[in-house]
Amino acid sequence: MGYRIFDHTADLGVEVTGATLEKLYAGAAFALFDLLTDLSSVRAGRSREFDVLGENPADLLVNFLREILYAWNGEGFLMKSCFIRQITPTRLRAVLRGEGFDPARHRILKEIKAVTYHQSSVLETPEGGWVARVVFDV
Amino acid sequence: MRVPGLLYTSEKLMKGMGADEGPRQVANVAHLPGIVKGSLAMPDMHWGYGFPIGGVAAFDLDEGIVSPGGVGYDINCGCRLMTTSLRLPDVRERIPALVTALFQNVPSGVGSRGPLKLSPKEERQVLIEGAAWAVRQGWGTEADLEATEDGGAMAGADPEKVSDRALLRGKEQLGTLGSGNHFLEIEVVEEIFDEQAAAAFGLEPEQICVLIHSGSRGFGYQVCDDYLAQMVKHAGEIGIDLPDRQLACARLNSTRGRDYLAAMACAANYAWANRQMLMHRTRETFEKALGMGPRELGMRLLYDVCHNIAKIETLPVDGKEIRLCVHRKGATRAFPPGHPDVPPAYRKVGQPVLIPGDMGTGSYVLAGTKGAFTETFGSTCHGAGRVMSRTQATKSCRGRSIPREMAERGVIVMASGRGTLQEEIPEAYKNLDDVVEVVHRAGLSRKVAKLRTLGCIKG
Repeated sequence: MGYRIFDHTADLGVEVTGATLEKLYAGAAFALFDLLTDLSSVRAGRSREFDVLGENPADLLVNFLREILYAWNGEGFLMKSCFIRQITPTRLRAVLRGEGFDPARHRILKEIKAVTYHQSSVLETPEGGWVARVVFDV
Repeated sequence: MRVPGLLYTSEKLMKGMGADEGPRQVANVAHLPGIVKGSLAMPDMHWGYGFPIGGVAAFDLDEGIVSPGGVGYDINCGCRLMTTSLRLPDVRERIPALVTALFQNVPSGVGSRGPLKLSPKEERQVLIEGAAWAVRQGWGTEADLEATEDGGAMAGADPEKVSDRALLRGKEQLGTLGSGNHFLEIEVVEEIFDEQAAAAFGLEPEQICVLIHSGSRGFGYQVCDDYLAQMVKHAGEIGIDLPDRQLACARLNSTRGRDYLAAMACAANYAWANRQMLMHRTRETFEKALGMGPRELGMRLLYDVCHNIAKIETLPVDGKEIRLCVHRKGATRAFPPGHPDVPPAYRKVGQPVLIPGDMGTGSYVLAGTKGAFTETFGSTCHGAGRVMSRTQATKSCRGRSIPREMAERGVIVMASGRGTLQEEIPEAYKNLDDVVEVVHRAGLSRKVAKLRTLGCIKG
């Protein structure tokens, strides 16, 4: 599960790679929370299911990340790990394991305020793997 | 493109743009239905989502659209400037103590909670009444409202158009500063360019002032997010192909468009209530730290402006007065002398315009002009604009102590977020003098005063 940051003047661009679509979307979820917090301090105590729709894979990616970001921003849920149960170009089902925010144990590294549609993409690579790009408003 | 794109800029600023996609975005905006006269960009322009930051566009109410990307995620991100009776010689040695006190008393940074936990009923009132709600709770006075754009509350706010998610995020964040480029800083009036205007605004040389830059927090972000998602999903309703998904919009003359404006107004009002509370907390902190009463401190709101908003305004287009929906995304209203929306005390001079800079620089106070009214839908720039990405800025800070560098420049900075100061270094921003010079020379707003930062708190 790899990701790298690409340059954007005011915000944060992330490029994620994965051998399969499942690994790609799980990798994107990982990237978001890895930027947000020190994942080594997060325990996988609770699990939450997500069922997300999209017009196409890029839209699906943005919608998925928006939902899990809201789980943090709105409900204080920090993700430790993500498993994509099922995925099609327009729908995914995921299980996230993690826990609620505890200021005594968790350190927030960066505030991620929104997932934008800006330059969002999900593309197959010549080698048969996948690469996705998304920009976070920080 | 339906209309021309028009960039207000200078050679120096254009050279500094590099690969920034701002100009392309100005061209994209010009494709939107019902756009009037031109797609504009102010000199602090840089690329954003759909619309560039520094973008101004006005739309016909019947044929035109409203776009959350033309307002920004942080609805009613804006500034307020307060003056005081203090002069630099009186408080020079007390600046570090004041900054520390502000840092302790003003909640800032990720996850910070405000002093209030709003009940659903209270939250509804905040969303409708804006700054007036805060004043009624004891966070300031009526005089503060007169010195706020729109009196601190936009009409047409409807909490029913706001999602439960946004309401949840807004519950505990009222009265917090935020993070990133938001700040609360102590400044001193360094130079006065227009004595008559400065006198009308109540600005004097060496006067200690406070500038607050903050917005609608998670609430506004969620409102933008919610409506963007809806508009992207229903993009087919517009009837045209959008050059960029982030330009997702709705017809002004549609339920979706009207709902967005009603929710946007709620977020705008939340931000005004927020800045009102932050100002009051600042007053209390100064009074306590300096052992002064309110009369002696004399902290007065000069003005409060928003720079991420869409407004329905009556403006001259080709000699006729037309009602338009003006989008200002990283742009500030700059109404001229004589305009009824300018507070009576300032009406001869024009609306005060507050332009914040990076944390090492300070800010400008400008005055709105007839030029802006006729040329740019009553708009001007909003700040310095970034030139360096956050990762670039952070990289360039390796081995440097930013607090120490700032202290050597005479600025005491304190930030709660790790990495904030590195991302916000002065070099990451355009030169504010260059930006202001363009709007001044283009006749969009007149320079009134320049203020220098003495101390700054950030999230």
